[in-house]
Amino acid sequence: MSHAKPRDLLVILRRGPHGSSQLREGLDTALVAAAFGRTVTLLFMGEGVTALVADQKAGPLGQKGTAATLEMLEMYDIDRLLVEASALEQFGLGEEDLMLEATAVSQASIALEPASHRLVLVF
Amino acid sequence: MRYAILLLAAPYTNQASHSALRFARTLLARGHQLETVFFYQEGVQNAARLASPPQDEPHLVDAWSALSREHGTALQVCIAAALRRGLLDEREAARHGKQGYSVEPPFELTGLGQLIDIGLRCDRLITFAP
Repeated sequence: MSHAKPRDLLVILRRGPHGSSQLREGLDTALVAAAFGRTVTLLFMGEGVTALVADQKAGPLGQKGTAATLEMLEMYDIDRLLVEASALEQFGLGEEDLMLEATAVSQASIALEPASHRLVLVF
Repeated sequence: MRYAILLLAAPYTNQASHSALRFARTLLARGHQLETVFFYQEGVQNAARLASPPQDEPHLVDAWSALSREHGTALQVCIAAALRRGLLDEREAARHGKQGYSVEPPFELTGLGQLIDIGLRCDRLITFAP
C-alpha cells in the first residue's frame, strides 16, 4: 500500500484500552498531529485491535476510556485506519464488532507502511 | 546530522535514561547536532528539579541541564504527562495553586505538537524506552 507522497505520521497502537495509558497517549498524539494539519495514519496491531471494540465504557479505575476519543478521529480528518487482520482473528473479532470502519491489512502490507510515512511513533 | 531524542523512561529504574545521555554525548562528540531531547511518559521524571540521588551516583537531572548549557540542546517536557506526575514549573505551580515548583529551566514544559515537529524536522528521532 504505497503512496506517491509520503504521509506525515504513522501511529502504531499495540495496547488495549485499559491496563496502561499507552493507547490514550497514542491517540492524543495522533489528534495533536492532525490538529496541526499533519496527515495521520492509525495502525491497530496485536492487543491494540481491542481498542476498536464497540460499546466500551469507562474503566473501573477511573480511566476515561478511549471510545470517546476514537469517535473524534473523523472530526480531525483522521480517516485512514488500518487494523491487523491476524490480530482480529486472534481475538475472535469481525469487522461487525468494531465501532469504526477500519481496513483489515495483512502483515505483509503492514511491513510496507513505515516507509510511506515521514515519522513513525509506537505506543 | 540533526538528531532528536525521545525519552520515555524514568531515571534510575532502568538503563534507558543513562543510555540516552551517553548516546547524546557521543553523537555530539562526533560532530552531530542534538536539537532537542523530548521527555514523555515516565521520562518526564528526568526533569525533577528536586532529585537528590546519592553523591556517588550519576545525577541525571543535572547531567541533562549541563548538556543543554554546553550544546544548546532544548529540553522539552510534555506538559500533560508532567502535570499528572507532580512536575510543575513556577508558572504552572502558581496556576494550580501549588506551593513550590519541581521543574526549572533549561527544562521547559511544552505540548505534544513539539514532538511531532521535531520528529518531522530532524534527520533522526531516536527513542529510548523502558
